[in-house]
Amino acid sequence: MKKTGVGMCLVLHPTGRKGGGDPSQAIIQLKPDGSLLLKVGAVDHGQGALTILRQVAAEAMDVDISTVYASNRSDDLAPLSAGSAASRVTLVDPHAVVAAANDLKAKIAAFAAHRLEIDAENVELAEGKAFAKDNPHHHMTFAEIGMIANLGQGVILVGTGAWQPAPVQGHDPETGYLDQESVISFGCCVAEVSVDTGTGEVDVTKVVQVWEVGKAINPLLVKQQINGGLQIGLGFALRENLFPHYPDPAHGIESLADYAVPTFMDYPPELIHGIEEVPHPMGVKGAKGFSEGSATAPGPAIISAIHDAVGVWIHEVPATPEVVLRALEAKERDGATDYWSHQERSAWLA
Amino acid sequence: MNQYIGKAMPRYDAQGQVSGKVRYVDDIKVPGMKCVKVLRSPVHKGVIRGLDFSKAMAVPGVVGFVTAQDIPGKNAYGRFQDMPVLAPDNRVRYRGEPIAAVVAVDQDTALEALSLVEMDIEEQTPVFDMFEAMKPGAPLVRHDSKSNLWVHYPPDITEVTMVKGQVDQGMAQADQVIEGRYSTGVQDHVPMESNVSVAYRDEMGRLVIHTVSQTIYAHLGMLCAILAMPMSQIRYIGGQVGGAFGGKNDIHTDHIAALAVLKFGYPVKYRLTREEDLQFTTKRGAFVLDFKTGVKKDGRLTACRIDIWHDTGAYAGMSPYGLEKCAMFAPGPYDFPHIKVTARTIFTNRPISSSMRGFSVINGQVASEIHMNRVAEALGMDPWELRFVNAWRDGDHGVTGYKVRGAGALEAMKKAAELAGIKLPEKLMSMSSRGRQAS
Repeated sequence: MKKTGVGMCLVLHPTGRKGGGDPSQAIIQLKPDGSLLLKVGAVDHGQGALTILRQVAAEAMDVDISTVYASNRSDDLAPLSAGSAASRVTLVDPHAVVAAANDLKAKIAAFAAHRLEIDAENVELAEGKAFAKDNPHHHMTFAEIGMIANLGQGVILVGTGAWQPAPVQGHDPETGYLDQESVISFGCCVAEVSVDTGTGEVDVTKVVQVWEVGKAINPLLVKQQINGGLQIGLGFALRENLFPHYPDPAHGIESLADYAVPTFMDYPPELIHGIEEVPHPMGVKGAKGFSEGSATAPGPAIISAIHDAVGVWIHEVPATPEVVLRALEAKERDGATDYWSHQERSAWLA
Repeated sequence: MNQYIGKAMPRYDAQGQVSGKVRYVDDIKVPGMKCVKVLRSPVHKGVIRGLDFSKAMAVPGVVGFVTAQDIPGKNAYGRFQDMPVLAPDNRVRYRGEPIAAVVAVDQDTALEALSLVEMDIEEQTPVFDMFEAMKPGAPLVRHDSKSNLWVHYPPDITEVTMVKGQVDQGMAQADQVIEGRYSTGVQDHVPMESNVSVAYRDEMGRLVIHTVSQTIYAHLGMLCAILAMPMSQIRYIGGQVGGAFGGKNDIHTDHIAALAVLKFGYPVKYRLTREEDLQFTTKRGAFVLDFKTGVKKDGRLTACRIDIWHDTGAYAGMSPYGLEKCAMFAPGPYDFPHIKVTARTIFTNRPISSSMRGFSVINGQVASEIHMNRVAEALGMDPWELRFVNAWRDGDHGVTGYKVRGAGALEAMKKAAELAGIKLPEKLMSMSSRGRQAS
C-alpha cells in the first residue's frame, strides 16, 4: 500500500570559514584595447564562482560584461584564495574583486587626469569611460586609455585587491565562546513523499526549497545550487551509506553497483525553488552565500513527511527501505512510534 | 550604469564543459608519461613486518616503487597534519591505507606489479564502534595516543563544550522536556571526476602538478612540506574541477604523483579508479546525536542540551573543525535562552572522515530538525508555528556568543509556505525577523 505524507523543516547554513582568516585575492588588468582581464584564485568546481566574480567585476568597473575575460587558472601566476569550501566564495571573494576594481579605477583616473589635463578629483569613471565631471564631453574611453597607457606610455594599469574576515582565537574551552560573527543563511523545505508499506521504499514526489541568501548575485545559479544540492540531500536522507551495517564494516560498499547515488530520474516530479533576500552587512551588496545548506534542508523534511505518511519517526538517515520496513514492523508489533535501528546496541545507550 | 549583480546569467564556462571541450586533468597527456598505482592495506589494522618488491620489480615495464622512506619532507599533511602520505612506522590503521606506490609503463603493468608484492602484515584487533573505542582499555587506533579521542584543546581536553546561560535552569522552567537520539550515515562525494593528478618536471626542471584541488594554496603549502621544496619550485595548476563537494578539500593523489616524479624523473599520472575513490578517499563520517529540549506550553523554547559523538575514522582529516561547527550550529536557528552542547571526535579503524557538502552542520541540523518536529508533536503545536515563535530575530545570540544580523528564517518560511500552497495564519504571516513581538 502507498501512503502519502508531507513534512517541513527550517535549517541554517553558516558561510565562510569558522575562525576567519581565510583570504582571497583578485587582479584586474586593463588591456591595450580597453578590455579587462580578471584573475581570481577561487576554484570553480561547478558552482559558478567564475561567473559571479565576473559579474561583480563588470559592475564594479562599470563596463559591459562582454569586455571582461575571467580566469581562475589557479597556479602561482594567479592570485591566492583560501579555496572553494565552507560556502565562502560568495561571501569573501567579491570583496577582493571590488577592492581590485577600486584600485584599478584610481589608477585609470590618475592616468586619465594627466592625459585630459584636469585635476584627478575632477575625473569620473562610468560606462567604460573617464570624463571630466564638470564637462562630460571631455573624456577618454577605456580603449583609448588602454592603448596609450600600455603601448604609448609604457604604463601598466593593473588593480589588485585582497580581503578576509578577520582571524580570531579558537573557542574558549569551557564556554565555546568564539570572537567571530557568523554569517548565516536560512533554508526552509517542504517535502511530500509516498511510502510503499510493502517494500519500505520512499518516493519523494514534491520538494519546495527556499533559501534566504542575503543577495542573490546570480539568481539562476542560486536556483541551480538549490536544486543541485537536493541530489546529495536525497542520497543522505534515503539511500547512501558506505557502511550499511554501521558500525560493522561487513558489507561495506566497494562499487557504485551497490551505492545508488540519486540521479535526475529520482528527482521529484514537482520541484519548486524560492529565493529570499535579507542583506547581511558583511557581504558585498548583502550577499551571504548559502550553497551547502541546499543538501541539508531536504533530509529532515523528508523524514517528517515519512512520519506524516506512516506514523513513525525514523531517528536516522539514510532511511533506507530496510530501515523503513523495520520501523513499520516495530510499529505493528508493539505500537512504537519512534524507530532507531541501533536500539539494541547496548554500548551506545550506556 | 552597467549592473550585473542580481542578474540571472548562465554559467560563464558551462558551454565548454557540457560540450566536452574543457580539458580536465585526466585529459592531459605528456610524452613518456608513466602510470602510478598504490599498494593498499588489505587489513583494518596491522603492523607491516615485511614488504618484498622483488617479484614485482621483475615485471617488464615496472619502473620502481615509492615508499615512506622516499619522502624528503614530512610524512604528514592535512588541516591537522595528522594524515600520512604513505603508511608511517610500518603501521596501517584502515583497510585501503596507502603503503607504497608503483610506477610502471601502463595501468595493467602497475596492477600486475602490485599483485606480486609480498606483504607480511601482522593483523591487529581493530575497533569500529566509536562507543567501544571510547571505553578504557579499548584497542588504540593510534598506538602513540593516550586514547581514541581527539584532543580538541591541548594538552588533554577531548570534549568540546559550548554553553549559553544555565541549561539546568532552562530545563526547570520548561513545561515539557522532549528527548531523542539520532544518527547519520557515512556518505561519499561521488564527483563525476575521480581524484587524479598529472605531474612532471618542466623544461626548467620545475615540478609541475596538475591538480583537482578545491583549496589550491592550502594544498600547495602541504605539498611543499611533504616534498621539502619552496613554493617557487612547484607550479601547481588547477581550477578546472569535475565536481568536488568537499572531497577535494584533502589531497588524495598530488603528493604521491609528485613523489614518483622526484624519485624516477618520469612524467606520471595517478588516477583513482571509481572503486578506489569510493572506498578509500575521505568521507562524510558518522554521527550520533542526543537532543533534550525544554519547551513551554505556549511553544517558547527554554533550553536545549545536545551531546554529539563523531566517528572520524583512522585520521582526523578536517573532522575536529567540522565537529566544532556541528556543535556550534546543532541548536539550529532558534532563540534558546539556555544551551549546552558537548561533543567529541573519536578514532576508529575506518576510512578518514573529512569535509563534505554541508560539512558536519548538516548532521546536527538534520537531527535537530527531526527532533524539533517531534517537539511540535509533543506540544500539539503546528511545526510552522513552533518555528515562527522561536526562530532567530536580529540581535539574538548564538551559542558561541555571536549576534545574529540579517536574520531571514521567517522570510524563508513565508515564501516556502506560499510556494507549497500552505496558508499560514495571519498571526504568523505578520511576524518578521526584524524583531520579536510579545506573544
